[in-house]
Amino acid sequence: MKIELDYLARIEGHAHLVVDQEKGQITRCQLQVVETPRFFEAMLQGRHFRDVATIVARVCGVCSISHTLVSLMATETALQIEVPPQAQLLRRLLSYGEIIQSHLLQLYFMALPDYLGVPSLFHLLEKRQPLVARALRLKRTANRICEVVGGRPIHPVTTCLGGFSARPEASELKKLRQELVAALPDLEATVDQFAEFSYPQFSRRREALCLQADHQYPLHGSRLMSSSGSNYSVSDYRQQLEEYLSPHSTAKLARTERGSYMVGPQARLRNGSRQLSSMGSKVCQALQLNPAGLNPFENLKARLVEVIHYTEETLHVVDELLLSGLNRVRAKEPSTTGGNGTAAIEAPRGLLFHSYQYDKQGLLKTADCVIPTAQNLASIEEDLQLLLPELLDQPEQQLRQRLEMLIRAYDPCLSCSTHLLKIELV
Amino acid sequence: MKAKIGFFDFAGCEGCQLTVMNLEEELLQVLQLVEIVAFREVMGGSATAARLDIAFVEGSICRPGDRERLLKIRRRSEILVALGSCADNGGVNALGSDRTPEVLCQQVYGANLPHLYTEPPQPLAAVVTVDYRIPGCPIDGREFLATLQALLLHQQPELPSFSVCVECKLAEYPCSFDDGQICLGPITRAGCRAICVEGGSYCRGCRGLIDSPRTSPYHRILEEHGLSVEEILDQYRTFNVKEQPS
Repeated sequence: MKIELDYLARIEGHAHLVVDQEKGQITRCQLQVVETPRFFEAMLQGRHFRDVATIVARVCGVCSISHTLVSLMATETALQIEVPPQAQLLRRLLSYGEIIQSHLLQLYFMALPDYLGVPSLFHLLEKRQPLVARALRLKRTANRICEVVGGRPIHPVTTCLGGFSARPEASELKKLRQELVAALPDLEATVDQFAEFSYPQFSRRREALCLQADHQYPLHGSRLMSSSGSNYSVSDYRQQLEEYLSPHSTAKLARTERGSYMVGPQARLRNGSRQLSSMGSKVCQALQLNPAGLNPFENLKARLVEVIHYTEETLHVVDELLLSGLNRVRAKEPSTTGGNGTAAIEAPRGLLFHSYQYDKQGLLKTADCVIPTAQNLASIEEDLQLLLPELLDQPEQQLRQRLEMLIRAYDPCLSCSTHLLKIELV
Repeated sequence: MKAKIGFFDFAGCEGCQLTVMNLEEELLQVLQLVEIVAFREVMGGSATAARLDIAFVEGSICRPGDRERLLKIRRRSEILVALGSCADNGGVNALGSDRTPEVLCQQVYGANLPHLYTEPPQPLAAVVTVDYRIPGCPIDGREFLATLQALLLHQQPELPSFSVCVECKLAEYPCSFDDGQICLGPITRAGCRAICVEGGSYCRGCRGLIDSPRTSPYHRILEEHGLSVEEILDQYRTFNVKEQPS
C-alpha cells in the first residue's frame, strides 16, 4: 500500500506526505516540502540595515510581525541600539496580537473542520452560522491589536529600528480595550467548544525548547531553556542546535545533541506554565490539559490556553500604557554601522532566530534565519513513524485523516521554512 | 447561481490570501454571493476540475511545474486576477534578480542541487493572460472587495491612475523628502491611502509604477534633496522585478 497526500490542505504552505508500507512494515514515511525556495538570506546580502526588516517580513504573511520584530532586534543588537521601554511594551502587544490571530486561524479554520467532520469552516455557513460568525469576530479583534499598534495586520508599517515610527493614540487603545473585553464571552464559548472534542491518544517523549520564562511567559528574551534542564544564551544557538540533512528526505532539519525537539505552544506551556495568567491557568484545567503532557494532538489545547493568556496580557499592557501615557517610543539613530547580532523571538509556531553580520557601511554581509517549522519537522516525522503502525488496521480514509490531523496539530508554516528546506517533488 | 471563485498560490508569503481571510465580517457577506471552490490554505477536498468564474492567483512563477499549474488554472477560469505584488510584478522575490538562481542557491544551501532549481521569478503575465490585477504587498482588502464587486456586476474594475503622492497630500501627511528620506510616492500607483507614510515610514513602491510616470520633475525632486537616481532604483528594486521603461 502506498499513501500519498498531495498538497496537504489547511496548512500554511505546500507539502506532500508519502508513506510506503509492505506487509505491515513502513518502508518510507516522508513529509515533503514542495514550497518554492525563495533564497531570502541571499537576497538580503548587500542591503542596508534600514531595509532588512521590511524585506524579511515577506518571508511569511502569517508571521510577518515576528519576522519583523526579531529582525529589528538582531540589527539593534548588532548596532547597539537601546529600545525605549514603552516601545518594548508596544512590541509585546504586536506579538500578542499576531499569536492570538494566528492561533485562532489555526484552531477555527484549519483544525476544527477535522473535529466536526467537514472539509472547511465555510461548509458550516448554513447549519452553524453563529459558530462561523464567532470565529470571524474573534479573528477581527486579534487583528485589531496588530492594526492599532502596527498600522495593519500583515507586514506592519509603524515598526522601525529603535522602536516605532508612529504610536497609537490613547483613544485607540481605549477602544481596543473595550473590544477585547467584549470578546471574552466568545472566548468562553470557544473553550467550551474545544473542551467537547475527544483528542486522539498518542504520546512520545521529546525535548521542548523555548525562550526562558523568568517572570513572564516565554515571548521575547535573550536566553533559551530546554525541558532537559539546559539553559543558554540565544547567541549560542549555532553551538547548541545543529541543522542536518536526513538520509531519507532532502529536508534540512534541526536537532540538539539529545535528538529531535519541539518548539511552539506545547513547548512554551511545558517550560513556562507557572507564568500563565490566571485565566490561562483556569482554561488549562477546563480543557483537562496537563502542561507537561507529551501528546502532540493536544497542541490545539495549548494554543487555546495561549489565546486566553495573551488576551489577558494584552489587557494588562494596554492598561499600563494608558496609565503611564505614551512618551518616547523611538531610540536615537545608531552611532555605529557595523557589527554582528543574533536575536530570537517566540513566533506563533515557536522559536524563530535571525542572525546578521553588517559591514562598516551598514550593508548586510551574511544572514541566517532558523524557522520554527524547520525545527519541528524532525519531531513531526518521528511522531508519524511511531503513530503509523498503530493505524495500519484502520480504513484508509480514516488513516489518512489521522495523519493529516497530526501534521496540522503542529500548524506547520512552510512559506517560512522554504529557504531552509531542500525540496523534493513527488 | 452563485459565482464560483478560487484562490491559488505560487511563490509568495500567502499574505494576500490572508488579507482576504482578514476581511472577516465582509467575508461573511461575500460568501452569500459567491461559492469558494478552491482555497487550499483553509479548505480540504477542493474540486480540481470545476469551472471557475474568477481565479485569484497569488505569488510568482519560479519553476517549470509552476507554469503548467498556472496554465491549467487559466484554462478552467473565465477571469484570472493577479493577487498582490508577487503575482503582479514579481514582488519581493525579484530582489534576487541581479544574480542567477544557481548563485542564489549556492549562497543559501552551500550546494547547487538540481531539485532546488528555480528560474528567475516572473509575474503571472509572463506565462498567461492576466485579466485584472490587485497590486500591493500585501493587497488592500477594500481594493479586493471593490474588484470582486465590479466583476460580479460584469463591470471593469479600475485601479487609480494617479500616484501615492496625491493620496498622501490629501491626507496631509508630512512629506518624506522633507524628512531626508527617499520616497517612491511620486511614481507609485495610489490605492493604499499612503499607509506606510501614515505609519511614519516612506513609500517603497510595492504597488508598482503608475501608467505614465513623469520622470523629469521626479529627477528634480531627487536633486533638490541631494539624492541620486541609483538610490531610488535601489529602493524600487525591492518590490519590482525589473526597471520598466518610463
